[in-house]
Amino acid sequence: RADPRHASDRAGRPYRETPAYQHIVAAFRAHRVTSEKLCRARQELHFQAATYLCLLRSVRQHAALHREYHGRGERSPEEVAGLVGFRLPQQPGGKG
Amino acid sequence: PPERKRFYQNVSISQGEGGFEINLDHRKLKTPQAKLFTVPSEALAIAVATEWDSQKDTIKFYTMHLTTLCNTALDNPTQRNKMQLIRAAVKFLETDTICYRVEEPAALAELQKNEWDPVVAWAEKRYNVAIGSSTSILGPNIPASTKETFVSHLASYNMWALQGIEYVITQLKSLILSMGLIDRHITVEKAVLLSRLEEEYQIQRWGSVEWAHDYDLCELCARTAAGTLFVHLCSESSTVKHKLLQD
Repeated sequence: RADPRHASDRAGRPYRETPAYQHIVAAFRAHRVTSEKLCRARQELHFQAATYLCLLRSVRQHAALHREYHGRGERSPEEVAGLVGFRLPQQPGGKG
Repeated sequence: PPERKRFYQNVSISQGEGGFEINLDHRKLKTPQAKLFTVPSEALAIAVATEWDSQKDTIKFYTMHLTTLCNTALDNPTQRNKMQLIRAAVKFLETDTICYRVEEPAALAELQKNEWDPVVAWAEKRYNVAIGSSTSILGPNIPASTKETFVSHLASYNMWALQGIEYVITQLKSLILSMGLIDRHITVEKAVLLSRLEEEYQIQRWGSVEWAHDYDLCELCARTAAGTLFVHLCSESSTVKHKLLQD
């Protein structure tokens, strides 16, 4: 159940309407009847769902960390100068 | 390089001659080498489509691991055939993370023994092979018969699944942990923890640059999870159209 809540939909569709959620639900329903033959298939499906959840969660966390710590990029020379209280000289024709 | 803006409204999948395709509005997705992007599994296509639909203003390719894996399978940029891929994967056994043991510090040696021995034992029993572990810098001495067993086993996978397996092995630096994942003996979170056992130990002792640690951990989890899912989706007989896969 935790799985689909991570699937944020750009258009703002409820997660129940996303293809990924519908596929997962259909797969679980198909395996609802318990028998020896299908039991292993259910275990495989559980593992797959857990793996997909791990993927979604890790990607989300990684992207958040990337934005926070890698997003800003390098400072411009003007910014660096400003950090230590200088202003770069203005040269109308650019550097020699 | 500047980031690519999201240039499409709708993402959908459709079925073509070569397999399932991804549509970005009316455009069909292509690989970096301009081949038509087709995958043999509908579930995989849906997961790839979800990656594309999850992009907001800009396309962050570094988060799209399943797409990347599919592109590698389709383009095969390293131009390796099946046997080369298998041999590369099995070669990792010689430097398998969980076979390389320290003698000091004692606490780490103990941790490695407690956490890694059971997985080695599982692999030895499951595949009926001798693996062992070693504190020598040369690593464990893996018998040729053990390597051949793994070569035979990996040969039963198709080319797509093999790309995924080799990818997971490269990420975890361990063939044994990867087989543990593929065989569903351990979870992704556990495999990643076991792969990073020494780092985690050092961090507990010495602390870490917190964000850098979490960043690496998340990235490894994401890649490993993607690789594992990719392997399973490419080898399920119920979802894969085998005639579409090229060996």
